[in-house]
Amino acid sequence: MGDKVITTEGLTKKFGDFTAVDNITFDVEKGEIFGFLGANGAGKTTAMRMLCGLSIPSGGKATVAGYDVYRQTEKIKENIGYMSQKFSLYEDLTVIENINFFGGIYKIPSNLIKKKSDEVIEKLGLQPHAKKLVGSIPLGWKQKLAFSVAILHEPGLVFLDEPTGGVDPVARRQFWDLIYEAAERGITVFITTHYMDEAEYCDRISIMVDGRIDALGSPTALKKQFSSDNMDEVFYRLARGAKRTE
Amino acid sequence: MRTLLYLLQKEFKQIFRNKAILALIMVMPVMQLLILPLAADYEVKNINLVVVDNDHSTVSQQLISTIIASGYFKLVDYSQSYERSLKLIESDAADLILEIPADFEKNLIREEHQQLLLAVNAINGTKANLGGSYLSTIIKNYNQDLRLKIMQGKEQKSTGIINVVSSNWFNPEMNYTAFMVPGILAILVTMVGGFLTALNIVKEREVGTIEQINVTPIKKHHFILGKLIPFWILGNVVFTLGLLISWIAYGIVSEGSLLVLYSFIWVYLLAVLGFGLLISTYSNTQQQAMFIMFFFMMIFILLGGLFTSIDSMPGWAKLLARVNPVTYIIEVFRMVILKGSGLKDILPHLGIVSLIALVLNSWAIRNYKKTA
Repeated sequence: MGDKVITTEGLTKKFGDFTAVDNITFDVEKGEIFGFLGANGAGKTTAMRMLCGLSIPSGGKATVAGYDVYRQTEKIKENIGYMSQKFSLYEDLTVIENINFFGGIYKIPSNLIKKKSDEVIEKLGLQPHAKKLVGSIPLGWKQKLAFSVAILHEPGLVFLDEPTGGVDPVARRQFWDLIYEAAERGITVFITTHYMDEAEYCDRISIMVDGRIDALGSPTALKKQFSSDNMDEVFYRLARGAKRTE
Repeated sequence: MRTLLYLLQKEFKQIFRNKAILALIMVMPVMQLLILPLAADYEVKNINLVVVDNDHSTVSQQLISTIIASGYFKLVDYSQSYERSLKLIESDAADLILEIPADFEKNLIREEHQQLLLAVNAINGTKANLGGSYLSTIIKNYNQDLRLKIMQGKEQKSTGIINVVSSNWFNPEMNYTAFMVPGILAILVTMVGGFLTALNIVKEREVGTIEQINVTPIKKHHFILGKLIPFWILGNVVFTLGLLISWIAYGIVSEGSLLVLYSFIWVYLLAVLGFGLLISTYSNTQQQAMFIMFFFMMIFILLGGLFTSIDSMPGWAKLLARVNPVTYIIEVFRMVILKGSGLKDILPHLGIVSLIALVLNSWAIRNYKKTA
């Protein structure tokens, strides 16, 4: 431990006059499950996009997997996995074809892709659906598949942007099993969510309000700090002060 | 290189799975090439004619039946007064009025001079203009025939008549299909290439998969080549299909070498696909891409010299036509297919289209950002 996978210092993103992300500073340790919370429009997705190398910051410093977010965006992309808010596998390709395609893009050798593909399908119990178009399988399965594809190339760090939105509680539970399993293999997980029960599963969480990080710590520490029994209340206390609405 | 193969594999699977697109690619050329040339030619028929005959003589009757016999005109009314016939023009029931003055026959034969009045409804410009000139020609011929009859036996008057005999090179019968079919094929290739590329990439943006691509270490040029190559091949398929149809349905066989034609198409498709690509980098939705594409396609096609001659356009339009890839494909098609021009003759065209392709593609690659 002690290795920092993400470091940011005064990271800022402005769109014209609007400051979407306002001077945020935090670190994420290797192997951690880091929850990135905030109301809609608080700036979570913008911050995450900067860390993934999809968006160049307007100010501040940040490194991801040891690479600079201004100059080494393509290097960052080689070393992270990403699963976005929108479901982002190809719906008109089959399960196997999606795994093959993304495996190929990340330059995994073809014999290894085959092996990994079998593993993923077996682990998720997708055998009956392996040759079906992804568009035709249930959402819960799609999300689990998307996550497995995002970590297929064994990245050191995976970004999950509201991965469990619209998924039933059972599938959500299974999804978290996958997350824990990945974390045990040493993959750092950076996750945004609106579900406070999921926030409790994280090692540490940060809560963004109006582009700033207003709270940062383990769920237990935060509950203590805001003298609340549960994360719902912590979140509510912070988010209530927000000036921005969606 | 391996990345590119994965991209191509994915793209082809998606194309072949999209039955609607596939049908469009195959059916569009067939339908358009079979139907359009039959209807869209420059010949004007069914011109509605009103005759106001104030003479009621043998000569006037003969003139009218000659006109009707030409097959271009439909006599909609045999009117008593010019005023009444003008009403028909106003209500758009007639395109032309021919007024034959009283004493037409008498004056024509005695004084060898007579005037006819031709009034043209210029709302439908082409129809009226061509109709007017057809009618003038018919009257002139009739007049000459009449002269000959009257003059028979008499001493010929020595008014020298200059007769212009024109022969149409490269398309001897002025066959409109030979003229239109290559043009329609040119437009088909342009539309299929441009639209498919633009819509395909924008669709990935709409669905959200482009975000996933952007967060992978995929190289920009790999991604773009992965999009260009499949549609380049499809463009070739459409073109080949079109050539086959022109041959089977119209017997049009290229006078020039097919290789010359194909080498031009290869470069031309790069230009058109590059344009589609460029549009896609500026649009967020398929709707936007569609409308922008449509806007430019209209200009490209109308200023491309298929329907109207570029030489008779105003200066600014000529300038626009020079940077319009459609101008070149239509010229090259006509040169190679009708005239049998060789590679040397189309080198300037090839050069300019290569330049257009280079500019559009580099612009598109520059403007496609994996990191905003």
